[in-house]
Amino acid sequence: MSENHTRSVDEPSYLKYKGRYRGIFAWIFSTDHKRIGLLYLWSILTFFIVGAILGLLMKMELISPGKNIMGPQTYNGFFTLHGIIMIFLIVIPGLPAVFGNFFLPIMIGAKDVAFPRLNLTSWWLYLLGAFVVLTSQFTGGGPPDTGWTFYAPYSFQTPTNMLPAVTGAFILGFSSILTGLNFIVTIHRMRAPGMGWFKMPLFPWSLYATGWIQVIATPIVGVTLLMIIAERVLNIGFFNPALGGDPILYQHLFWIYSHPAVYIMILPAMGAISEIIPTFARKTIFGYKAIIVSTIAIAFVGYFVWGHHMFTSGMSGVALYTFSILTFLVAIPSAIKVFNWVSTMHKASIILKTPFYWAVSFIFVFMIGGFSGLVLGALATNVHLHDTHFVVAHFHFIVFGGTGFAFLGAMHYWFPKIFGRKYDAGWANIGWITFFIGFITLYVPMFYLGIAGMPRRYYDYVEVFHGGNIISSFGSIILIAGIAIVIANLVKSAISGEKADQNPWGGRTLEWEVPSPPPLENFDEIPHVTRGPYDYS
Amino acid sequence: MEQTSGNTHIHRDDEASKIGMWLFIFTEMLLFGGLFIVYSIYRYLHPVAFELAAGELDVAVGTANTVILLISSMTIAMSITAMQKGNKKLTIALLGATLFLALAFLVNKYFEWGSKISHGLYPGSDRLHEFGHGDTLFFGLYYFMTGLHALHIIIGLVVIAFVMYRVHREMVHSTKFALLENTGLYWHLVDLIWIFLFPLFYLVT
Amino acid sequence: MENNGKHHIVPYKTHITVLLGLIVLTALSVAVTSIELGPLTVTVALVLASAKALIVLIYFMHLKFDNIIYSIMVAFIIFSIVSIIVITFLDYLFR
Repeated sequence: MSENHTRSVDEPSYLKYKGRYRGIFAWIFSTDHKRIGLLYLWSILTFFIVGAILGLLMKMELISPGKNIMGPQTYNGFFTLHGIIMIFLIVIPGLPAVFGNFFLPIMIGAKDVAFPRLNLTSWWLYLLGAFVVLTSQFTGGGPPDTGWTFYAPYSFQTPTNMLPAVTGAFILGFSSILTGLNFIVTIHRMRAPGMGWFKMPLFPWSLYATGWIQVIATPIVGVTLLMIIAERVLNIGFFNPALGGDPILYQHLFWIYSHPAVYIMILPAMGAISEIIPTFARKTIFGYKAIIVSTIAIAFVGYFVWGHHMFTSGMSGVALYTFSILTFLVAIPSAIKVFNWVSTMHKASIILKTPFYWAVSFIFVFMIGGFSGLVLGALATNVHLHDTHFVVAHFHFIVFGGTGFAFLGAMHYWFPKIFGRKYDAGWANIGWITFFIGFITLYVPMFYLGIAGMPRRYYDYVEVFHGGNIISSFGSIILIAGIAIVIANLVKSAISGEKADQNPWGGRTLEWEVPSPPPLENFDEIPHVTRGPYDYS
Repeated sequence: MEQTSGNTHIHRDDEASKIGMWLFIFTEMLLFGGLFIVYSIYRYLHPVAFELAAGELDVAVGTANTVILLISSMTIAMSITAMQKGNKKLTIALLGATLFLALAFLVNKYFEWGSKISHGLYPGSDRLHEFGHGDTLFFGLYYFMTGLHALHIIIGLVVIAFVMYRVHREMVHSTKFALLENTGLYWHLVDLIWIFLFPLFYLVT
Repeated sequence: MENNGKHHIVPYKTHITVLLGLIVLTALSVAVTSIELGPLTVTVALVLASAKALIVLIYFMHLKFDNIIYSIMVAFIIFSIVSIIVITFLDYLFR
């Protein structure tokens, strides 16, 4: 994008430099955006392993009808914890907190984010929130069993230990808001000279839109969770029908945040994909501005579609139609993006490398997830499919398929930059194909089970669903194997991989113009940007 | 390297802090926005009970608190003018006035809540449940929203006291007063919320 | 940064005028709502409150003297809040 700004080679990288603190304290008290990104990476990895094992155990329970390895209460606790961990601890922070922290400042030519200390505070809040959530498992009346949605009135009537879970989710919301706030200010104030809004790469753009959703949607769930706490402690009656409250209002408030939260998960994923594809297609991205506009449109329209989670709750007809139409509208910008990615690849001399495999498989699973979303967004089919395994398959295709594939794609794309080492491409490809096959085998049967009428959130089912569940549970084992291969390969390569070049893929965005791994403040001098982000001419 | 901490470039950007503060204010607006949704829905569902319950609140106390907060908003806005003109003494005096008014607001609130509670009107009380659903929800919202607002006042008190100390030590001065400015923004937000709480709970009877 | 410390100074007199205006509006809303207006009461009270809020935003919170971007952001936030209230009411009004 600009002239070379490489620092002298002997300058220590962010991994090596010596700060005020030693050992682990040099990391957990570091305000360097790259170290904070890695702190998030390790925390998320840890929680992901826990969440994935919970998921695997649930699939083992479902491998045959009746009780296999756990009873109903344990199963309820498992899907609740699986949901809380995967949503609040992994996919919501996910790409923004790891890659956003690491690459946003570098990609816009800045030395750090706008508020480095606030950034560290976000991570500490994240950790505190995670800790508080997890205490709910071991104290009080036992693990919460409401599902991650905390639906009223059950959430303030269940004897299980709801308070820590809800309080923890509140703290995690705070952490998410602070990250979003930090990114917005960083993008407004710290772009390198010459980098106008429309010379900014697409990953920062997606973080900008995500930041806004975090800032304007998260407070609503924050106050809703506070109301649940007040409800349990003071018996106020906000959502208690016996005292005049309306439980459906809880669902409204909850989804006013939690639907946009889906876009917090998927927009940065789309941003990362928009970085990977032009690099490996060796072409300027097709429709750069269209992607930006669609990003903003998704963020904006996505803010007003929450009601499609509540089609069977007894909402008014007018609300049903409105939410259904808006839901269909939000599919348009998503489709524009898919169109642009495919057009970028069209007639390009594509270099087939692992990140590219992840990116194209992202498009594949995202499209299946998106189309099944339209099935659910249509009122008539929704009545049949609501609360069945179809819904479970749909949101795993989007949330795990979409965000997960993009996260691992981004991981393989930026790995040489983050750790300064190459990974073993052979094992990376084996990991990817195992992951992909496992993913499809696990979730596709759920679509059929859902259409056949198998409800979600039950530890047991009737014999007629047995076949599909065997395939699905079998898929979960393959998927776990794939995850294990990917993680093992990356961890091993991070420790002992071959040294990587500054720009192994031939990318044109600014992060490829600093050494791998980057030095403490990224740039010797702030670069002057003269070209657009994907200039391969 | 010569670095002593994780982040060495002392990078000062007042405009960035201000955008950050505004974004924080937006989150606060939406936090209360969520509560206003709840209020408006329940008011729509229980119009008569809400009107009668609002009649229980003392308009005089509410009006007094409104005026107190409005004046305090002015004093803190003036303190920024004083700071810009380099008048340290006046800045501290005006911040002190703001602090005093905030305390007065809390004292009023304390007696108001106290008298309601002594009449058996508090969340979960039997008396409230006898009155019926509308009253239960009205007073539930009253305590929750004014309580959350009062919490913001208390946080504001601490922050203003901190700024006063900073001004006193001249860590905030006429060319570097972003902290004072942002505290002012926060305090005006507290005022903004009250501007809507006041008519919704005290006036529309 | 070039913007540090470069600020419009609002005179004391403006602050006092603004405060007087706000107090007049407060008195007005107390007076008007004490009259029996029926369903109009809520409307009048909210209109007056919005007027007060705008004055606070424009003068006390310096929107008038700051970069236009702040006003745009505030307008966007107000629009968002109003929209979610309206959309939520689509459910309750027609239930």
